[in-house]
Amino acid sequence: MKNRSVGALATTAALALLLTSCAQSQRETDDAGDNGDGATGTQSAGGGAEASDATFVFGAAGAPTTFDPFYASDGETFRVTRQIFQNLIGIQPGGTEAVPELATEWTSEDGLVWDFTIQEGVKFHDGTDLNAEAVCANFERWADQNEAGQSPSGAYYFGNDFGFGEDSLYKSCEATDEFTAQVTVSRVTGKFPMVLSQASYAIQSPTAMDQYKANDIKLEGEAFVFPEYATSHPTGTGPFTFESYDNAGGTVTLARNEDFWGDKAGVASLVFKIIPDEAARRQELEAGTIQGYDLPNPVDWQALKDAGNQVLIRDPFNILYLALNPVADPQLEDPLVRQALYHALNRDQFVTSQLPEGAEVATQFMPSTVTGWDDSIAAYEYDTEKAKQLLEQAGKSDLTIELWYPSEVSRPYMPDPQRVYDQVKSDWEAAGITVETVTKPWAGGYIDDTQASRAPAFFLGWTGDLNSADNFLCAFFCGDDNQFGTSAYDWHGELQDAIRAADAEADEAKREALYKELNTNIMSPEWLPGLPISHSPPALVVAANVQGMQPSPLTAEDFSTVTITE
Amino acid sequence: MTNPGPAPDLTPGVPTPSTTGATTDPTPDARRHGALGALADRKKKRIDALAEAGTISSEEGVSLWQSAWRRLRRDPVFLIGAVIVLLFVLVAILAPWLAPHDPRARDLIGQVTPATPIPEPQPGYPLGGDNAGRDMLSRLIVGSRQTLIVGVLATLGGLAGGLVLGTLAGGISGWVDTIVMRIVDVMLSIPSLLMAFSIAALFARPSQWTVILAIAIIQIPIFARLLRGSMMAQRHSDHVLAARALGVRRPAIVFRHMLPNSLGPVIVQGTLVLAVSIIDAAALSFLGLGNPDDSIPEWGQMLGKAQTFFNTYPHIAVYPALCIIVVALGFTLMGESLREALDPKSRR
Amino acid sequence: MLRFIVRRLLQALIALFVLSVLLFAWLRSLPGGVVSALLGERGTPESAAKLRAQLGLDDPIPVQYWRFLERAVQGDFGVSNGVYRGQPALDVFTQRFPATIELSFFAILIALTFAIPLGYFAARRRGGVLDTGSVVFSLVGVAVPVFFLAYVLKYLFAVRWGLLPPSGRQTVGINATHITNFYVLDALMTREWDAAWDALKHLVLPALALSSIPFAVVFRITRAAVIDVMDEDYVRTARAKGLTARTIRGRHIMRNALIPVVTIVGLQIGALLAGAVLTEKVFAFQGIGQALAIGFELRDYPVLQVLIMMAALIYIVVNLLVDIAYAVIDPRVRL
Repeated sequence: MKNRSVGALATTAALALLLTSCAQSQRETDDAGDNGDGATGTQSAGGGAEASDATFVFGAAGAPTTFDPFYASDGETFRVTRQIFQNLIGIQPGGTEAVPELATEWTSEDGLVWDFTIQEGVKFHDGTDLNAEAVCANFERWADQNEAGQSPSGAYYFGNDFGFGEDSLYKSCEATDEFTAQVTVSRVTGKFPMVLSQASYAIQSPTAMDQYKANDIKLEGEAFVFPEYATSHPTGTGPFTFESYDNAGGTVTLARNEDFWGDKAGVASLVFKIIPDEAARRQELEAGTIQGYDLPNPVDWQALKDAGNQVLIRDPFNILYLALNPVADPQLEDPLVRQALYHALNRDQFVTSQLPEGAEVATQFMPSTVTGWDDSIAAYEYDTEKAKQLLEQAGKSDLTIELWYPSEVSRPYMPDPQRVYDQVKSDWEAAGITVETVTKPWAGGYIDDTQASRAPAFFLGWTGDLNSADNFLCAFFCGDDNQFGTSAYDWHGELQDAIRAADAEADEAKREALYKELNTNIMSPEWLPGLPISHSPPALVVAANVQGMQPSPLTAEDFSTVTITE
Repeated sequence: MTNPGPAPDLTPGVPTPSTTGATTDPTPDARRHGALGALADRKKKRIDALAEAGTISSEEGVSLWQSAWRRLRRDPVFLIGAVIVLLFVLVAILAPWLAPHDPRARDLIGQVTPATPIPEPQPGYPLGGDNAGRDMLSRLIVGSRQTLIVGVLATLGGLAGGLVLGTLAGGISGWVDTIVMRIVDVMLSIPSLLMAFSIAALFARPSQWTVILAIAIIQIPIFARLLRGSMMAQRHSDHVLAARALGVRRPAIVFRHMLPNSLGPVIVQGTLVLAVSIIDAAALSFLGLGNPDDSIPEWGQMLGKAQTFFNTYPHIAVYPALCIIVVALGFTLMGESLREALDPKSRR
Repeated sequence: MLRFIVRRLLQALIALFVLSVLLFAWLRSLPGGVVSALLGERGTPESAAKLRAQLGLDDPIPVQYWRFLERAVQGDFGVSNGVYRGQPALDVFTQRFPATIELSFFAILIALTFAIPLGYFAARRRGGVLDTGSVVFSLVGVAVPVFFLAYVLKYLFAVRWGLLPPSGRQTVGINATHITNFYVLDALMTREWDAAWDALKHLVLPALALSSIPFAVVFRITRAAVIDVMDEDYVRTARAKGLTARTIRGRHIMRNALIPVVTIVGLQIGALLAGAVLTEKVFAFQGIGQALAIGFELRDYPVLQVLIMMAALIYIVVNLLVDIAYAVIDPRVRL
C-alpha cells in the first residue's frame, strides 16, 4: 500500500518543501484556524501548520541522560533540551554561525567585559520573566557547583570551557539594567562568547531551578543522581514545554508552548521514541509509527529515499583521524616513517566505498567550515611507491606496527570501525609494512589505552561542538599527556605555545591567521603527529509528509519549524 | 518404515520417551539434591539414559555396535544427517582449494559505495560480495572451516573439562563425587545460552577464543555427568571387577578400561553438542560478544554482522543462516539417530 | 518441612552472597569501565582520573564491595550509570521485568497451543505424513537460530506486509495507564481495550519467534508421552471396556501424557529468558534482555549486578517452590 503511493508522496513532498520555504515568512500572520482533514498536503503546509494538533514522533537512538542540559554532554540529551530551552546566542539554522537568540546583541571593548542585550517580552514556561537578573542567575548557578556538579560527568562543558574555582574563565555577571547583562571573563579567549551557543548553556528559569533544587546533583555510590529539576521539571523559554518521560516505554513527550515569544511550533506534540536498534528505527519509519529518526545507516539512505522519505544530510562537522603515538612506539619518532604511513593510505577509496555521499577526505584536523581551516594545505597523495621509498630512507623497510581499532562502537565519524581498519591494513601491507592488529571494546579498554599512550596507531575522532578551531585542536593536542604523545617530539613546546597564543588572540582576523599557520605546521612533514582521514556527514531522515526540518551540522536541529501534512 | 528391526515404536529422528524425561518421578538424585537438581532433572535424565545406553552396548561388545550400525545404515534420517556432515567436513578441509578467491581480499571494493554496499553477483563472483568487497562464495566456503573449528574446539573443550570432572567423580567417588556433582548440577541448572552470554561478556577482549571458551564451558557439565554416569555403571561390571581382582591400579582401570567403554555416549553427545555450539556462536556474534575481527570468515559471525543489511540485502544474512541451519540439522539428525541406535530400550 | 525451607533459604542467602562477591570483583577487574563509557573520546587522562576518584573506583575492590554491601542491606542497590542514568538500578529491573515475563508467557502459550495437539495427532498416526512432517519441522526449528527466525518474521509480517508493528511494546501516543508494567494486564484492568489490543499486537511477533524454543521440546515430549501412555495397560483396559474414543483420549491419554509436559514447561523458563535476550534485541522490546545489552555496552555495573542477582534470586525461589511442590504431590519425596 505504501509503495504504490510513493511517487505521489514524493511529488507532494517536493512541492510542499518549495511552498514551505515561500510560506515561511507569512507564518506569523497566517492564522488559518481550520487544519481541515480535507486539505491537501500542499495547502496545509503553508497555512494550517500553526494550529495543527499533529504529533511528530521522532526515533532517538538512546535515552536522554537528564533534562537539564547543563549536566549533559551527549547528543541524545541535547536533541531534547534544545526544543525546551534557548541560549543567549543561537546558531544559524543549517549552519555554524552565531545568531541572536535570547540576546539580541553582545559587545565588548576589550574581550573581557561583555554586554549582552536581552530580548524583551520573553517568559519562561513557568511564567517567570526573562531579564538580565535571570540570565545572571544562570551564570552564577553554572559557576557555583558542588563537587559532583564539577565532575567531568556533571557539568562537562562548563568544566571544559570555563573551569571551576580560582582559574575559572568566568568572573562575574551583573545586571546593569533590566535587559543588559554584563559578563566579565578573566582572560581573552577566541571561544567566548561563542561557547554560549552550546546546548549546555541554555538559559533556565531561576524560579523553577530554586523550587526544584536544580543544583542538587549528588554522587551516590558509583553514580550521579540528578535533582528533581533535571528529571521532571526542566523549564526554559523554548518552543516546546516538557510534558513527560516514560522510562519503561522509552518515550519523551513535549508539548507546544502556546505562549512562545517567537514563531509557534508547527506540531502540537513532539515525541521522542527511544529505539536503540538501528534496523528497528528504520522499520518503524517504514511502518509509519515514527515520522523520522536520527543517524540512518548510510547503507539505507538510498532505500529510504526510494521509499519516499527525505534523507537530510548535515554538513560534516567531524573528523576521523589515525593517531600515531611515539610514546607507545618510538619508531614513530622518525617523521619519515609517519610520512610513509600517510602516503600509503588510499583515503579516496575509503571515503567512496565506506562513507556516505557528502563525505570528504580530510587535509587537516578540522572540517572546512571551521574558521581557521587552511585551504592551501594539500592532501598527502596516495603513493605506495613513495611510501616504500620513505621507509627505505628511514631504514625501516621491514616496519612492523601495531594498529588498534575499537569494537562495540559506532560513531558519526566512524560508522563501522572495522571497515576503516580493513582499508588501512591492506594499504599498509601493500607498502610492505607488517600490521599487527589489536582490537578492544570501546568502553572496555580502547579509550583507556589510547589515551594513556599505550596504542602506537589507532583510530579516533571528534564531533565539533561549535565553530571554534580550539574546540578541535585543543581536544587533540593540548597537554603534555595528549593522545598523540607529542611530548616525545622536540616541537611539542612550540605546538603548545601556538595553540595558547591563537586562542588568546582577541582580534578575529589575526586569530584566523594564527590558526591557519598552526594547521599548516601540524600538517607539515616535520610535525605530522597523526593522519586526518575523513569528514563524514551524519544524516537524519523524515517521512515524506514532514516539512520544515532543517539539518544542522552541529546536530542542533530545531523541531519547532516542523510541520506534518496528513 | 522400511526398517525391519525390532523397534516398533520408533519413528526416525524422534528421541525415545525415556531419553526425554517422559516420566514424572524425579530421579533419586533430584530428590537428594533438592531444587537445583529437580529443575535440571530433564537434562540429567537425558544424559543419564545416554550414559547407560553406551555402557550396555559396550558390555555386549562389538555385536551391539554392529547391530547399531546395521540399523543406522538403513535409517534415512541418519544417512541424510551423515551426508550433510560429511559434505560439511569435506568442504571445510578442502576450503582453501575450493574457494575461488581469497576470502580476505577486497576484490570488489571498487563497487562498494554506501548506496550500493553489497556488490551484486557477477562473473567470477556467483554470490556477489559483502560490504567490504570480499567474495561471498569464498567466504562461505572458507567460513565452513572456521565454523567447524569453533564447533569442534568448543565441543572438545567441553569434553576435556567434562572428562576431568567426570573422571574425578566417577573414578574416585566418595566426597569428591559429591562435590563435583554438586557443581555440575548447579551448572546444568543454569540456562546454557544465558551462561554463555555472561561468560563471553565477562572477557576483557572478545575474540574467537572467548567464543569457543564460553561455549565450551557450558558443555562441561553435560559431558561430566555423562562420563560419570557411564563409569558408575561400569564400576560393578565384570571387566572392571576382573581388572581390580588382577590388581590393576585404579588410574589404569579408569583410563584403560572404563574410559574407552564410555566412548559411545560421548560420541553421540558430541554430535549434538556440535550443532548447538554452532548456533550459540552465531547468537554470541549477534549480541556483539563474538569475534570482532571478521577478516577470517565464520558463519555465525557473518550472520551476526549481517543484521544491518537485513532489510535491503537479506541474502547477506540468508546465506550464512542457511548454511548454519543445514549443518546444525545434519549434526542433530545424526546425533539423534545414533542415540536411538544405541538406546537399549529401542532394541527390546 | 519448615526446617527444610529454613535451611534452603539459608543456603540460598549464602549462594547469593558468594555470587555477588564474584560478580562484583569480576566486573570491576575488567579493563575500561563506566568512566570511558561516560566520557568516550571527550575524556582526557586527567578528567578520567578525576571521575574515577569521584566514583570511588580507585579504591581497592574489597573496599568498594563493602560500600556496596552497606547500601545493599538497606535496600539500595546502587544507581544506574547508563541504562536509566541517575535512577535506582532496581528500577530498571522492576520496570522491565514485566515485559520479559509477558513475552515469555505468550511464547509458552503459543507453543502449547500448537505443540500439544500436533504432538497428540503425530503420536496417534505414528509414521504418517503428519508425524514425519512435524518431526522434521521440530528438528529444523531447533536448528534455526532464534534471532534469525525473529528477523525473518519481522521482515515478512511487519516490514513487507505491514500486518503487525515491527518493534516496541506499544504504539506511541496511545492512551494507556501503566500500573504493573504488564501492558496487556494493565490495559485489561483499566478497560482500555484499544491499548490491550495494541499491546497484544506488539507481542505477537516476538512471542512467535521466541516460542520456537519451547515448541520443539513440548511437541517432542507430548508425542513421546502419548506414545508411552497409549501402550499402558490402563489404556488398553479402557479400550477393552468399550469406552468411547473421546473418553479414552480425554480422561486417560491426555491427562497422563500432559504431566510430563507441565514439568517441561517449568524447566523451559530458563531457556526462554536466554532466548528473550535475543528476540528483545531484534524487536527493540523494552525488557530485561535489552537492558542487559545496553548495560554491557555502557558498562553500567550497578544495573548489571541487580539484573543478574535478581535473576539468580528468582531462580532460587522458583526452585524452592518446585521442590516444595514435589514434596506435596509426591509422598515418596521426603524433604
